[in-house]
Amino acid sequence: MTSGDQDSFAVEHPDDTVASFEEEGNHFANQVRNWLHQTPAAVPLIVLVISTIVFGLVLGAKFFSPFALTLILQQVAIVGIVALAQSLVILTAGIDLSVGAIMVFSSVIMGQFTFRYGLPVEVSVFCGLFAGTLMGAINGILVAIVRLPPFIVTLGTWQIFLAANFLYSENETIRGSDIADQAPLLQFFGEKFKIGGAVFTYGVVLMLLLAVVLAYMLRFTAWGRHVYAVGDDPDAAELSGVRTKRVLISVYALSGLICAVAGWVLIGRIGSVSPTSGQLANIEAITAVVIGGISLFGGRGSILGSLCGALIVGVFSLGLRMVGTDPQWTYLLIGLLIILAVGIDQWIRKVAV
Amino acid sequence: MDQKGGSLMTPILSARQITKKFGRVVALDNCDFDLMPGEVLGVIGDNGAGKSTLIKALSGALRPDHGEVRLEGELVQFHEPLEARRAGIETVYQNLALSPALSIADNMFLGREIRKPGPLGSVFRFLDRSEMEAQSRALLTELGLLTIQNIGQTVETLSGGQRQGIAVARAAAFGSKVIIMDEPTAALGVKESRRVLELIRDVQSKGISIVLISHNMPHVFEVASRIHIHRLGKRLCIIDPKKYEMSDAVAFMTGAKSPEGPDFA
Repeated sequence: MTSGDQDSFAVEHPDDTVASFEEEGNHFANQVRNWLHQTPAAVPLIVLVISTIVFGLVLGAKFFSPFALTLILQQVAIVGIVALAQSLVILTAGIDLSVGAIMVFSSVIMGQFTFRYGLPVEVSVFCGLFAGTLMGAINGILVAIVRLPPFIVTLGTWQIFLAANFLYSENETIRGSDIADQAPLLQFFGEKFKIGGAVFTYGVVLMLLLAVVLAYMLRFTAWGRHVYAVGDDPDAAELSGVRTKRVLISVYALSGLICAVAGWVLIGRIGSVSPTSGQLANIEAITAVVIGGISLFGGRGSILGSLCGALIVGVFSLGLRMVGTDPQWTYLLIGLLIILAVGIDQWIRKVAV
Repeated sequence: MDQKGGSLMTPILSARQITKKFGRVVALDNCDFDLMPGEVLGVIGDNGAGKSTLIKALSGALRPDHGEVRLEGELVQFHEPLEARRAGIETVYQNLALSPALSIADNMFLGREIRKPGPLGSVFRFLDRSEMEAQSRALLTELGLLTIQNIGQTVETLSGGQRQGIAVARAAAFGSKVIIMDEPTAALGVKESRRVLELIRDVQSKGISIVLISHNMPHVFEVASRIHIHRLGKRLCIIDPKKYEMSDAVAFMTGAKSPEGPDFA
């Protein structure tokens, strides 16, 4: 470097800059915004803690017991897992409307392969997981290579997977008692264990484990950085040497795999294999992700936020039911939370000049 | 003169007869290009002359319909920017190609991340963030850019000039042979532009050849060893900035004057 000059362009002298009144006027607000910008899971975490405390104060020990709190976890497990899958897709600025359909179809494949074809249950589970991955990969290929908008692709595959699910299963439910007799592995994630008054299912453990693994992958691996880069600005990512197509396909395929896992957990939760279950999973998952502070415009948010989002919905559902209100109040409040969350996201994004 | 010079020295990067059509628009029309080792080659041309297409064809962002590109005399075909980068050609794009939500260090190493040694890196794919941050800091310091306090801060919190600095530093760090810069001073103020021009000289002094595409004639005339004038999808001529005035260059560029005489390729 020829010059050791002080006024290198990388520094912005405060007295040189023209439009800096915003910083002075709203100093505190800006600091809060910067902090939220760096810790995207903060808002949902705060909302989760406050809502838990409020319900705890109103309802007392009935709500604030290990049993009730772990009941929320059990009720949230499936939507929580699907929300993790949805988070990955939304981080790439996409959306996956077919998550619920992939989940149900995978669970049906696990059940029917065991009971219709008499395959060993382990093989059926593997086939179900593989089918889920494949369905996700189809979404990914259509988005990344055919370059169709994710919303349209998954709107289509949602119908296709769901219809295929009904056609293949012939609308037939496999009874829970049969599963318990012949293929208990399918119900594995519904099994409960107790720690004191707290009741956990293996499904809950799986959800938490999966959240930690995904958080690790997103934060500490090159793949995770690439997911954010693709969601942020796909053209810039491509020019920087990110293989955007590969990243997109891997995200949708992984999302499909996670949904298939959710399908397995679903069998444990409801006991039986039913092609009509989980109809609202896609909308509930998107709700959890949005409340969890992941930006629908991609590239921003964290997986732990989504988990908090799912738990917030769980806390409100159980809390309001215990209060004894009309369940419609739950939906009304969730709706408000969604709008609030998106509003906060827009406000935080203004940090970026 | 250029042709004669060319016979003495192999161009580090050259293109012959490359053509690229977008539908019925001919963006590149049998275009030639030569970059000599260690030089700064200015590329100027009117809007729509095909400069950006030429650059993309050289950097692997676009595949020409036909024609050949040679790197150090070897025929190369880049299918994606990553391949050109592996071969030692780095490009600073006009839109900078940075990911705003990622940190400076993440951006510097995007697509070529360093993982932790041992099974932590090979099995768990654990990124060596401290190493990447240390290297980024060293690179930015070397280029005199380290007035940025926090290497972990996100790129979107930086000013336009700072972002430009990151993009140039990234190219300078990894470009072993050629760095292509597309309008590096277009978005910058006077002081920041100076800094980028100094950076270009610094990088040149490391022995790296540079292609500088710019609309800013004074900048091009200041740093370029030779100037490639692009017109209607092909190379019109190459001029020596010491022998011509800027007004001549503009006249050639716009077609107001045609190059004549033995000086032209």
